[in-house]
Amino acid sequence: INKTIIVHQLVFCAVPLPAAGGDHHPISKNPFEVKINRKKFDVLGRKSKHDVGLPGVSRSRAIQKRKDTLLKEFRLKDKNNTFIDRRFGEYDSKLTPEEKILQRFTLERQRTQDRKDMYNLNEEEELTHYGQSLAEMEKMTDVIDSDSDSEEKGLLSAELTATHFGGGGGLLRKKSAGDDEEEEHKPRSRQELIEELIIKSKQEKRERQTQKEEAQELTEKLDQEWKSIQNLLAHKTPKAERTDETDKPKLDQYDMMVRELGFEMKAQPSEKLKSAEELAREERQRLQTLEADRLKRMMGDAEEDAVQTNTHISADDMNDGFILDGDDRKTLAYKDGKWNIEGEEEEKEDEDGDEEGGEEEEEEDDEDDAEGEEDDEEGEDDDEDDADEDHCDLQSDEGSEDEDGQGAEEEQVCAEEPPAVSEEQKKAAQEAAKAELPYTFPAPESYSDLKQLLQGHGSEQQRLILDRTLKCNHPSLSAGNKAKLQKLFGFLLEYVGDLATQNPPDLRTVSALIPQICGLCQMFPEAACKAVQTLLSDSGHSMEETLEVKGRAPMPDLDMLVLLKITALLFPSSDFRHPVTTPAFLFLSQALTRCAVVSLEDVCKGLVLCCLALEYVSLSQRIFPELLNFLLGLLHLTVSDKHNMGYTVVSPFRRQGKSCDLLVLKDPNVSHSWNRKPISLQTAHRLPAQSPVERDHYRLSLIDSCLDLVKRCTWLYKDLPSYAHIFQPIRALLLKHLPDLHREILDAIPEKPSQHAPLVFKKKKPIPLKLFTPKIVLDYGKKRGNTKEEKERERLKHKYKREFKGALREIRKDTRFLAREKLSDVMSRDAERKRKVKELYGSLATQEGEWKALKRKNRK
Amino acid sequence: MAPSTDSNVKDENSQVSYKKDINTKTGRILQNKKHSNDIFDVIEYLQSEKDKEIIFATNACKRVFCQLFYRGDLYVGDLPQEEELMSGDRSAEEKYRIFMRHRYNNCVELLLENMGHEAFQVKEASLCALMKFVEAEGKHPLQNLDLIEHYIFPRDLFLSCTQTLVEHLLSTEEDMSLLISRFQEFLEMDDVRYYVMSSVRDNIYRVMGRNKKAVIPVYQNNVYTLLSNINVPSQGSKIKHFLVKQACKFALLPWYCPYKEHKRAFEQMWLLFLKFKLPSSMYKKILVILHESIMPQMSDPTLLIDFLSAAYDIGGAISLLALNGLFILIHKHNLDYPDFYKKLYSLLDPSIFHVKYRARFFHLVNIFLSSTHLPAYLVAAFVKRFARLSLTAPPTALLILLPFICNLIRRHPSCRVLIHRPSAPCDDPYVMEEEDPAQCHALESSLWEIKTLQKHYHPDVAKAAMKINEPLTEQEEEISEVLELSTFELMERDLKAERKTIPLEFDTATELLKSPREVLGVHFSLE
Repeated sequence: INKTIIVHQLVFCAVPLPAAGGDHHPISKNPFEVKINRKKFDVLGRKSKHDVGLPGVSRSRAIQKRKDTLLKEFRLKDKNNTFIDRRFGEYDSKLTPEEKILQRFTLERQRTQDRKDMYNLNEEEELTHYGQSLAEMEKMTDVIDSDSDSEEKGLLSAELTATHFGGGGGLLRKKSAGDDEEEEHKPRSRQELIEELIIKSKQEKRERQTQKEEAQELTEKLDQEWKSIQNLLAHKTPKAERTDETDKPKLDQYDMMVRELGFEMKAQPSEKLKSAEELAREERQRLQTLEADRLKRMMGDAEEDAVQTNTHISADDMNDGFILDGDDRKTLAYKDGKWNIEGEEEEKEDEDGDEEGGEEEEEEDDEDDAEGEEDDEEGEDDDEDDADEDHCDLQSDEGSEDEDGQGAEEEQVCAEEPPAVSEEQKKAAQEAAKAELPYTFPAPESYSDLKQLLQGHGSEQQRLILDRTLKCNHPSLSAGNKAKLQKLFGFLLEYVGDLATQNPPDLRTVSALIPQICGLCQMFPEAACKAVQTLLSDSGHSMEETLEVKGRAPMPDLDMLVLLKITALLFPSSDFRHPVTTPAFLFLSQALTRCAVVSLEDVCKGLVLCCLALEYVSLSQRIFPELLNFLLGLLHLTVSDKHNMGYTVVSPFRRQGKSCDLLVLKDPNVSHSWNRKPISLQTAHRLPAQSPVERDHYRLSLIDSCLDLVKRCTWLYKDLPSYAHIFQPIRALLLKHLPDLHREILDAIPEKPSQHAPLVFKKKKPIPLKLFTPKIVLDYGKKRGNTKEEKERERLKHKYKREFKGALREIRKDTRFLAREKLSDVMSRDAERKRKVKELYGSLATQEGEWKALKRKNRK
Repeated sequence: MAPSTDSNVKDENSQVSYKKDINTKTGRILQNKKHSNDIFDVIEYLQSEKDKEIIFATNACKRVFCQLFYRGDLYVGDLPQEEELMSGDRSAEEKYRIFMRHRYNNCVELLLENMGHEAFQVKEASLCALMKFVEAEGKHPLQNLDLIEHYIFPRDLFLSCTQTLVEHLLSTEEDMSLLISRFQEFLEMDDVRYYVMSSVRDNIYRVMGRNKKAVIPVYQNNVYTLLSNINVPSQGSKIKHFLVKQACKFALLPWYCPYKEHKRAFEQMWLLFLKFKLPSSMYKKILVILHESIMPQMSDPTLLIDFLSAAYDIGGAISLLALNGLFILIHKHNLDYPDFYKKLYSLLDPSIFHVKYRARFFHLVNIFLSSTHLPAYLVAAFVKRFARLSLTAPPTALLILLPFICNLIRRHPSCRVLIHRPSAPCDDPYVMEEEDPAQCHALESSLWEIKTLQKHYHPDVAKAAMKINEPLTEQEEEISEVLELSTFELMERDLKAERKTIPLEFDTATELLKSPREVLGVHFSLE
């Protein structure tokens, strides 16, 4: 048990003042103590701390320090008890013993006095808060306490922090240096100091508060006084303000000017009017870049870096968000905030022929009428208007010139500027007015809406309706329009599909709607892509399912064919990989290999698929094996004699079977009465009942198309290394069965395959030899400490290393010191012992001598 | 044995009342022996015109006789004639039993007749009832136990039962697959299965013999359906699932070591079936399941060699399917098949890419050609032929074929000349028409076809074909995952892929049949 005996007679702990470098001065003067470190190089501007040293002094100081600390510890090492004398002034050498005793006595007396106070309850003591008496505060002489008070609270004086956290030593020293004489030889304890500090800070606070109070009072007083004289000044104030105003501009004028100049609109050069030549050149350049882009995609290497080129900006584009799709589409343009009338005029001239133009011309009669009236007339004329549009018209009747997108649009479209009108045109217009269309359409929310909107109109009208719908709901007009139009694209595709499957198919309308579909696609490529993908995926899936169940699937319907065609119109089929066209390719492939050909309609559909396939690959010249297989199969259908053939047909055709004679002519002589004309696409949907001769004619048309496709293929693939092998079956078939039908094709296909160099691997770039010239890095010196953190790290590392070494050194010195001390202890102990032994021996010797002397004396 | 009072009164009131009638009668029969004459009425219903009545009556009979079996109320031993019943001096109890036993026999006969009924439900009900009787009879034998020392199976009943059953199941006129699938439940029972197998064998022998080996599609289809439902357990120890359960230990009886017998019966049945001429669709069906469910259950699969080589010679898809069985025979049963590779080589024609069994075929060919001991000329011939055929293949097949060709070249480095031969231009020396791979000069050729396919429209195919441009890597490509790839799955790969930008055609179209590279519009018009 480590027991510490503390002498408690006197409370105050005596802390000896450290002798801070008291003996430094005399030694530094001694030249024998000075050791000058030799410098190897003299570096200019470098200050060295260590060129002069005092080894003896520092060593002795270190030893002294060790003696004070380490040695003491060592001496007390295995001792349990310590003795700390805390009597007042015990270690203070400056006090004389008498003084010491006197002080101790007074302190003792004081303490007994204090103790008595503790139990003295009767004595009234004033309670305070912040040094102010609470009794006084309770009187509530209210002072508006400003918040600066709390701010002040946050301030900590250096003294305060030092006392709180740094221990009393430093403070004490400082104090003792600064304070007056009496206190100097009366060192104070830490507690005293803290008390003092507290008192001080309270005092400060009180002072501040009183100051504030005073200020408050003064302001109040000032206010009072001001009020009393305010009336006198009342009429003069404006002037004073004016003077203020004049003052200000004077100050700011320059600044303002500078700012104005800074923000002033820079004069921008207006675009030069381009000549036709320039326009043509620009257009050509644009097309060239687009073509280059397409080729890149075709090669398949620029897949990632393909930037969405905003492809369709025409040279005439006014950059107003509208997209010009065809000649017959109205574009809206604005000039100086008004809508561009000239453009409209042109349009009108363009549309002279159709009823729309006529209708407008009719309106021109009452050109000076208000627009509202015009609308009114329109409303009366239009018997096909649905309720919604009526409502719209009514609104404009009432003269509510609402400026929403549709209203504005309406005005623009039917704005007037009369070209000269002939009487005939007028008449035509009047007739056409019957079937007149409204100018605004809401965007259809569902497919049935769209169907309702478009059904019952002619193809041109449908196009017009769609066109107007697109314009009225342009994404730039309202936020929700974008989503509406994106949906519209899907509906349109569905509608087109419906048109193609109805009986008879209305392909004219489909064709008429193409520009609008293209326009929408250009506006929303993602939505268009998604819509086409969904359709492809759906029909691909259903085909796959029927194949799994039945083994064979029927040929895709006309709507799918039309969709594939539209796909080719919208998306580039030449791309190496494209999210829409690649699946479309696969769909074609699937249809050409797995769909049964059992009727002439199937043959026709197959032929359409072949045409599409050829179109898809015509630019990229990619090989499409299924296409060639199918063409071979079609030709096989024309052959009446199925034996001894030099080729094999593959799925979906069979060598022999019930539908293998589909294209065999019933009457060979019918070919004389046949003349070539395009086949109607509608026949792919349903072949009308025909006479045998007509059917034969139809067959001949199909065969003709088939042969033409073969010819195109031979031309397309003639550079392929396996060209001859690819066409060998077709050649065999033609040679054997239809030798004089298409001499060109036979000529195109060589009998013997052409010679080709055998395949070799691509030459690799040789790996360069290793070079032995040294590698030179130019940015030397930047190796470390590049950033602030790194520098800091380096610095800390260095410091740590130094400190570590220093600590090691200190420890070594300590051990050495201790060893020395131990040795000297042992030595001194030995010497002591020797001395004592010697003493004993001596005393014994004297004893012996005495004893002998006594004996001798006795003997004598 | 008082005659029933209202035994011959027909209940003609309504259609529902027959249920009540039958129910009350069965109840009475089981309650009291006095009413046992009611059984005649119930049995009579079995011959009713109406399907529902028959079914209900069948179930009622089943209930009654099972209960009687349980009670031991059926006569055990040799059955005396019914006429002698009165004359002999037997106790009333005995007489009752003999009477009931006769009724039981009647009922069974009628049920067997009903198996030929046109309604499926009737057939099903009769089948179930008969099987129930077999089970009950096995549990409570109708023969004297001491007379029969071996395994007691209700043979009399069952043999007649199975034979007529099989007779009906394997109808030559009707497709019985529904009933057969119902019957499958009983085929799980080992004893039933055994007897069915032997009677099927007899039946096939008889019917096919009668028809002078001509093809009878309906019959053969029925046989196939029944046969394919028969599964012999893989181990003899698993034979312990019986319809007829008896208390005594059969394991000791000599009859009971039937596993070999089982296998033999199975084998003979199939072999007999396969001996006769089959329609080609049947060939396909059998060959599809042959290697999985028939061969492992036979005691000596090599006996199938005749069938398999006949199938292999047919050509087309059947040959492709026969490969699987042949492979197992060659691989596991040491069969020597001369000119196997030559034959395989001649099998390769453009149709292999379009058949349904493409994946299986390529899987097998991959195994056949995996041996590194094959001569280079043979592998080269295969490679070249595949390459030539690839010019007509759809993309899904190409995605199998191209890695496959690359793998072959990797396995046989001497075939590397096919893709790397620095020499002067020449004609293709390969002879496609040559049947013998040794004579077709494939090693002197080069794979220009693959070069052609580098221009294929599908990006994945083109990429796969590009691989021959550079020396092939060591690692073989795994083709098993593309074997089953369908076109739609391939489509979905692109449909599902996330793309940042969608390039568009920059020439905006104005009409449907008007584009820069119009082909459709040249040949077709809108009107």
